[in-house]
Amino acid sequence: MSEALLSVEGLSVDFRSGGLGRRSFRAVDDASFHIDRGETLGLVGESGSGKSTIGRAILGLAPVSEGSIRFRGQDITHLSRAQRRKSAGGIQVVFQDPYSSLNPSMTIGEILAEPLVARGDRRTGAMEKISTLLRQVGLPADARSRYPRQFSGGQRQRIAIARALALEPELIVCDEPVSALDLTTQAIVLDLFIDIQRRTGVSYLFVSHDLAVIRHISHRVAVMRRGELVEVGDGDQVTSRPEHPYAQRLLLASPVSDPAEQEQRRAERHRLLAEQRSVDSPVSASAVQSPGVRP
Amino acid sequence: MFTFTLKKLGAGFVLLIAIPAIAFLLMGASAGNVGRNILGPAASNEQVERLNSELGRDQPLLQQFLDWGGRALTGDLGASWYTNEPVASAVVNRLPVTVSLVVTTTVLAALIATVAGVAAAVYRGWVDRTVQILAIIGFALPGFWVALMLALVFAVRLGWFPATGYIAFTASPAGWAQSLVLPVAALALGAVASAAQQIRGAVIDTLRQDWVRTLRSRGLSARRVLFVHVLRNASVSGLTVIALQFVGLLGGAVFVERIYALPGIGQVLSNSTAQGDIPIVLGVLIATTAIVVLVNLFIDLAVAFLNPKARQS
Amino acid sequence: MTTTPLALEVDSTDQRRSLLKETLRSPIALGSAVVLVLIALAALLAPWIAPYDPSASDLSDVFAPASAEHLLGADSAGRDILSRLLHGARISLGGALVAVAVALLLGVPSGLVAGYYGGAFDVAVSWLSNLLIALPGIVVLLALQPMTGSSVWTSMVVFGILLAPSFSILVRSTVSNVRNELYIDAAKVSGLSDLRIIRRHVLGVVRAPIIIQTAMILAIALFIQAGLDFLGFGDLAAPSWGGMLNDGFANIFRGPHLLVWPGIVLGITCAALALLANSLRDVMEGATSSGTAGRGRRALVHPTEDAEDALPAPSTTALLEVRGLRVAYSTHGQEPKEVVHGASLRVEPGEIVGVVGESGSGKTQIALSVMGLLPDGGRVTGGELTFEGNPLDPRSTEKLLGRSIAYIPQEPLTNLDPAFTIGRQLVEPLRVVGGLNAAAARKRALELLARVGIPEPSRVFDAYPHQISGGMAQRVLIAGALSGDPELIIADEPTTALDVTVQADILDVLRDLQREQGMAILLVTHNFGVIADLCERVYVMRDGRVVESAPTRTLHDAPREEYTRMLLSHILEHGPSRTALDAEVAEEVRA
Repeated sequence: MSEALLSVEGLSVDFRSGGLGRRSFRAVDDASFHIDRGETLGLVGESGSGKSTIGRAILGLAPVSEGSIRFRGQDITHLSRAQRRKSAGGIQVVFQDPYSSLNPSMTIGEILAEPLVARGDRRTGAMEKISTLLRQVGLPADARSRYPRQFSGGQRQRIAIARALALEPELIVCDEPVSALDLTTQAIVLDLFIDIQRRTGVSYLFVSHDLAVIRHISHRVAVMRRGELVEVGDGDQVTSRPEHPYAQRLLLASPVSDPAEQEQRRAERHRLLAEQRSVDSPVSASAVQSPGVRP
Repeated sequence: MFTFTLKKLGAGFVLLIAIPAIAFLLMGASAGNVGRNILGPAASNEQVERLNSELGRDQPLLQQFLDWGGRALTGDLGASWYTNEPVASAVVNRLPVTVSLVVTTTVLAALIATVAGVAAAVYRGWVDRTVQILAIIGFALPGFWVALMLALVFAVRLGWFPATGYIAFTASPAGWAQSLVLPVAALALGAVASAAQQIRGAVIDTLRQDWVRTLRSRGLSARRVLFVHVLRNASVSGLTVIALQFVGLLGGAVFVERIYALPGIGQVLSNSTAQGDIPIVLGVLIATTAIVVLVNLFIDLAVAFLNPKARQS
Repeated sequence: MTTTPLALEVDSTDQRRSLLKETLRSPIALGSAVVLVLIALAALLAPWIAPYDPSASDLSDVFAPASAEHLLGADSAGRDILSRLLHGARISLGGALVAVAVALLLGVPSGLVAGYYGGAFDVAVSWLSNLLIALPGIVVLLALQPMTGSSVWTSMVVFGILLAPSFSILVRSTVSNVRNELYIDAAKVSGLSDLRIIRRHVLGVVRAPIIIQTAMILAIALFIQAGLDFLGFGDLAAPSWGGMLNDGFANIFRGPHLLVWPGIVLGITCAALALLANSLRDVMEGATSSGTAGRGRRALVHPTEDAEDALPAPSTTALLEVRGLRVAYSTHGQEPKEVVHGASLRVEPGEIVGVVGESGSGKTQIALSVMGLLPDGGRVTGGELTFEGNPLDPRSTEKLLGRSIAYIPQEPLTNLDPAFTIGRQLVEPLRVVGGLNAAAARKRALELLARVGIPEPSRVFDAYPHQISGGMAQRVLIAGALSGDPELIIADEPTTALDVTVQADILDVLRDLQREQGMAILLVTHNFGVIADLCERVYVMRDGRVVESAPTRTLHDAPREEYTRMLLSHILEHGPSRTALDAEVAEEVRA
């Protein structure tokens, strides 16, 4: 069997909170998964579940305390920035916030040229490449000389996608890339992601809190809770018939737009909560309705 | 809260040790032949050497520092090289003048700046523009220049206030107040200007917070939200700027005490500096640093009281 | 798949226009700059343009008043004041420039490194900065006088060191803010080296604040330099502004003009620097918003003829009725921009009504207009608002808030005052608006907290907002909204900032409360799922207009408007999974 494009084994990430000698906080705990070529792995979870941290660890932006990350068969867990430039340029990123992810004082052309120039491309080659990129994400060629603030949120996300594509990556980490967008724009940008994947064979690690979005784009789905992967499986199955109790709660908590169906779903959720509360140990039962007061 | 106070105290203590130590070493290394300076060119070399050895100037600098430091820790700061007055009493006798000058100015400036800053932030429009322009002018004009001009106009020309001298509060409260009017006015202008700007900005920022609208939606009047909630939140940055202003005022006091002939530590400092009377200079520096440390500690505690989040760090 | 038309709005202002050029468009800034250039020129050209040798004294001219011979008069030694001013500028400006240069050289790099890398260096630099800034500069300068001697330049180098923290602290805080921007992370992932990131992304951001700070610090250095000379610690032989002030002060009775001229020059220079810095800051902070726009003041204009939509007839039963509402925002010096164009809606007693739309559709503006709490610059420019049949004006609204009308905001954590405990914030309206005494208010607040499903009310009561989670904070805000037993709750995206499991809990709380207490809810959201869960009727908004209204069921099953259909068609929840999508495509390819 050929090796997966990316394989993550027993990954843990700890953050030191505050000054020296303070307790550390485990954001990701012993996570293992893989992503094949041309595949989307959806990573779903609630805020603070550590889903974004996994993405950042793969990108080399978060410190890995245990475990390994292998990309194209090579261990990239602890590469320095300089080493990464050589061997991990195949991993790129699209962030959630289309406002803070583009430098407001640079033109789109400069933003897109940046990775190319850093790689050592010639100016003329870079210019051609930028035209191709803009076409690829459906932006007009004259966007090049404009500034980010002249674009809407959806358009900015296209620019961020174009930047990620510039270095012809094999894997793109997408960190909630459609969460800041309106419903209609969200659907269009998601389709652009799928379209690009079909044409270029790029793989995605797609991080989102939205089960519907995850279902639309992911071949396989991993559900995360408090730093742990609680369920990994086929996209259709996990997003419609999850097995883990938390994944079930997550599914039933997402409201649907059909009022009659939503009423059913709500009733089902109440039933499930009652069931889980009586079945589970008292500890996890209290976790369901955790008071939320931090010590 | 207790560890917070302890930490701040510790930091202040380090400052209190470090500053005089650095100053001693720098000054000691560059003071030259102290004995000759004191006795003048007429004295014999023998006399000069005897004096130098009495003052400990014949020892290596590090030894001098250790001797001085050891005595200083027991509270003995030595005596003036020129008048033999003990440093402690030289400083303590003058301290009330400077403290009443600086504290009065700070309190007054804080009051005026708060009123002006809040008015500018709340009313905007012409009130705001006026405050802004006055603030820029107040900032731009050097304090000692203002002091000179006020002295020229009100003391020399009009004779409304005494041009020079200080009257102790215990001697005559009215006289005390009168002798402080011009110095305080001169010092306050710049402090008011900076603080009003800062407070204006803080109040504007706070008024834009989401919770202001939410409190209003609960039926609390705009006035109540302003005075109870907005001011408390904005006061954190107000206090910080006042702490900085206080430090600036201690410096400004050097000029103002000179111009109005007030016998404070600023005046002592400029006189002893001119003579090269290192023990007195060090004494003043220690007193100044102690005041700065105390004020900053007080402000830090006040900020912690006002801002619950600050208590944790 | 729909392709969005790419309307790129053309912006007339070019971002690249330099800060300085933009600033000089203001007359005050231009004037200040001209003054500064003239003073600098005078200093440079002093040897050629000064009428006399600055140290040539003529005893017959002692204290000479202004005359054709001595344009500004002569000083106590009979030296020409104008010539001394011109030459003095060299020392005064030169000294200040030296101090600022030293401060920049030390402060900017240390701030950059500390801000970008953080760590031990940052701790050390911050500690040293705080130590230095805690000291009165002039006191230290005087204390070190034996070391620096009477040389202006050494004193100013020392002063530069004392000033360095003000740059270091500024640069550090600016850089550490920028460091957290996602575009820096994106640049790292793109393979840029640190040096390149600092050059391309960081320096641009800190440049403007540094320029502004430089102007301010120059003014301070100028003042300190003059001050040292004034106290007599400068080189008395060389002419300087401070030295001239010293001479003037010594002879304050005999020759006041000795004091006036250097005073004026020093004052003008410092003022020009401060004004220039201020203008630079105004430009940097964008439009100088000294807006005089009515602060939430509202003009009730009766519906005008140009209202395009026919207004519904006034209802007799409605709790809240909005007819032909128009809301406009005015920014300083610009035409007011209308964001709601004649919207109408109504809420019956005890009814849960949804307003749904995409961002910018004006849905929140309606909610805020009802409460009279539009942000700065926004106001109601047309239409009628009535509550229980009575027109809503600023005064009547103020009386209804906290009693009949309540509000639940979107962001739970930014909607609690961080300086007060949860309990204080709940008790205050109960006492001030509800008239309860302290004990009764406390008891009621604890009841309210329990009512919204908070397990340990007394613990939350004593907590500060930063000590509780977002879901908990939203419950607290709902408890606050309930405190006046309202007939109408306006909920603006009350669950948008929350996780789905928390959202489901909060929706349950709202539903239960409504069932028990029978209040009406006006729920603003972008989420059709939330609408389906809670609302009986719904209004769909687009670009400041209501495009459709219907019972929730009907709207979902048979939307009338094209726009509503388009919105509903983009909902993903029941779409095919990715596997199914890929299978479809494979099918198409085969066919």
